[in-house]
Amino acid sequence: MAEQIVTTQPVLDATGVAKNYGAVAALRNASLSVLPGEVHALMGANGAGKSTLVKILTGAVRPSAGDILIRGKPLDVRSPAQARRAGLVPVYQEPALIPDLDIVSNLRLTRTPVEPFRNWVRELGVPDLDLDDLARDVPLAILRVLDLARALAVQPDVLLLDEMTAALPANLAERVLDVVRRQAAAGRSVIFISHRFVEISALCDRATVLRDGETVGVVDIEPGVEEKIVELMLGARVDRSRPVSASQVAARQPGEKPRLSVRNLSIGTKLNDVSFDLSNGEVAGVVALEGQGQDELFGALAGSIRPAGGTIEVDGRAVRFGHPADAIQAGIAYVPGDRAEALLMQRSVRENIALPFSARLRNWGPIGSQRERGAVSKAIERLQIDTRAQGEVQRLSGGNQQKVTIARWVAADARTILCFDPTRGIDVGTKQEIYKLLRELAGQGKSILFYTSELEEVRRVCDRAIVIFSGRVVDILPVEIADEAALTRASYGLPRGAAADVGILADAAQKGAGAP
Amino acid sequence: MSSVTSPTPQVSLGRRVKRFMSDQPLVPLIILLIALVIVLQILRPGIVNERWLANTVKFSIPLALLAGSQTMTMLTGGIDLSVSTVATMAAFIMASQAAAHGAPVAVLLALLPALLIGIANGIGAGVFRVHPLIMTLGTSLIGAGCLQVYQRTVIATGTRIPDLFTWLGTGVTWGIPNALALFIPVAALILFIQKRTGFGRLLYALGDNEKAARLSGAHYWQVILALYVFSSLLAGVAGLLYVGLIRAPSSLSLAEPLLLPSVAAAVVGGTSIFGGRGGYTGTIVGALILTVLTTLLTILQMPEGARRVLFGAIILLVTAVYLRITEDR
Repeated sequence: MAEQIVTTQPVLDATGVAKNYGAVAALRNASLSVLPGEVHALMGANGAGKSTLVKILTGAVRPSAGDILIRGKPLDVRSPAQARRAGLVPVYQEPALIPDLDIVSNLRLTRTPVEPFRNWVRELGVPDLDLDDLARDVPLAILRVLDLARALAVQPDVLLLDEMTAALPANLAERVLDVVRRQAAAGRSVIFISHRFVEISALCDRATVLRDGETVGVVDIEPGVEEKIVELMLGARVDRSRPVSASQVAARQPGEKPRLSVRNLSIGTKLNDVSFDLSNGEVAGVVALEGQGQDELFGALAGSIRPAGGTIEVDGRAVRFGHPADAIQAGIAYVPGDRAEALLMQRSVRENIALPFSARLRNWGPIGSQRERGAVSKAIERLQIDTRAQGEVQRLSGGNQQKVTIARWVAADARTILCFDPTRGIDVGTKQEIYKLLRELAGQGKSILFYTSELEEVRRVCDRAIVIFSGRVVDILPVEIADEAALTRASYGLPRGAAADVGILADAAQKGAGAP
Repeated sequence: MSSVTSPTPQVSLGRRVKRFMSDQPLVPLIILLIALVIVLQILRPGIVNERWLANTVKFSIPLALLAGSQTMTMLTGGIDLSVSTVATMAAFIMASQAAAHGAPVAVLLALLPALLIGIANGIGAGVFRVHPLIMTLGTSLIGAGCLQVYQRTVIATGTRIPDLFTWLGTGVTWGIPNALALFIPVAALILFIQKRTGFGRLLYALGDNEKAARLSGAHYWQVILALYVFSSLLAGVAGLLYVGLIRAPSSLSLAEPLLLPSVAAAVVGGTSIFGGRGGYTGTIVGALILTVLTTLLTILQMPEGARRVLFGAIILLVTAVYLRITEDR
């Protein structure tokens, strides 16, 4: 079979694709070649450029450079509609049906034939669908199936599935995989984006691996290939940085209650049975690929989302948060990853930092207590926020804006800070300052839960790394062995021990762990 | 920030002016106001005298009070279209109850519907998240209907405006309108709330970024409820003053003509209807500008229709130009 594939012309052949946003290169030299009848996995860590490549292939974004050939003919994809006509149809992670139209009207929008669609829906395991239902009344899992059926109904040459099985219950996911397999058997191609090795090994023929905007390898899927893929994703980056500080947790008094104790927390299909502790004086890292439930975890701890099950204890007392104010009352503050979510862009630095001081009803009166002004000034000084342009926060640089979001809770003296990717998109100098600040706060007995998408930060800042995959805590690594390789493996749900007999990875892990 | 003596030649004069206007948004408004007064003086020499000044201030004050309601609600991205009905209700009820119960009781009774409508607006917009435009329009219609019913039942009692309000509304002492005795403390209160209280800070915060305010622990409904109650009470007070000025206590559409100008005064004064930007000082100047503009258009002796067209066009022009010169992006 492999022989046969190699001799045929690729149905999609993209080479040298690059995309610059200003000075930032989202994609530098990506290539992807998909053969007819092939299920091809596209893999890469967070920020490797997967989504940019997908957007380019489907015509949502124009590339800065590169050639895309479909059946050997150059294709200039200028719009999603053009990509569809060329036979390349994507199914995205987010449902694409318009919520306020019924399903038939949605089909009409994309000129999808109804009968084939209906057949595919049945095929995919949804027997009783009423096409006159509004899309907004259809449950999320079914919507994803409908998106897939809509794509299948136009008989695409190349079907692009982005995390197709993520929100699906097991029985539907099984059907989906089955249909994908049959597509391939019928000579059509599928590009399959997934973080789940189990699915990839069961389904795919080959995988293209992206790292830092470049295609770094194309591998055949065979037993044991996981290690090779992880290795490609990591590249030559062997992590030699030492942990900044020895773990503080060991020094904890026996019998002292953990600051935050999460047990069996679950939220919809996103988070399942998550349990961990956070001690006073600890920085615990949370490591996960995109969309593994970390947003929901932070949301629940911050009081923005009500968990469906499980308990949260603060200092040994069970709590239920109905509003972020409740979490703040318990001393838990949330710093969102998106600065635009946390800041009053048109207000001053001081007002932004002082915001929590006025939030409660009893603080609605006159401002100007010495305490508040002092706390705000001290926080500005401590974080060295550049206040020259302090009239409006939107005039500050990204790094300074980020500092303001954290300074707010330093001023409010929150005992626990939930930092969601605080160093994304800011300059190196500011990053260092933030690492130092988080360590200092921990040194003062505060506790910090720190989600990061940059794995090397775990060693710089954290005492432990809690790894989440598919809504579950799959591993908790002490910082001594939490190097990039170990974290990457764990975040793909691979077991810790298996690396022992595999080349480079084992060496790196052993060096990190100091000979297990 | 580069000053005029700055040696950097690449900062053009226009850019420097923009920067300055952006930091001092009141300056262009005051320039416009003075320009309008000068035009008036040129068109009708001698009109600008002490009496004209007192009259302008007198007529600006009720408008500025109602525009205060708009400014406060607009800071959160809302609006209060029930102010004119609330003002009219307060005026009518006060006038009809004053004869029987005396002024103090009448004032309390007059502010009762204002309180109720404010609570209804606040609950609708804050708890059930009805858009304030719809919510306040609805309560405004309901209030106007209730007022008609009420008018039938009290038709026999007759109406009387207590002397205090006539004195406040029309009186002038040493060339200064008495209405300022009410307006200055109220305006000071509004400015104090906006600039120096936690509540005021939350108004700007909600208008700027509701999500951020929530993550900082603010309860949206609490702020919105308090806001619309305040807005409504302010409108009630404006109605009491206005009826003293107009002296038409039995009118059921007393403050109606002030509704849209009150929105316009806030917008002309630099308050953004999208929330988070603006303040009451600008609104006061805005109210003065609209009042002078009305005088100007009146003395031009144009037909009513043409006057309205011009009024609308000038408001649009002023707002657009004002935004252009003060937005420093």
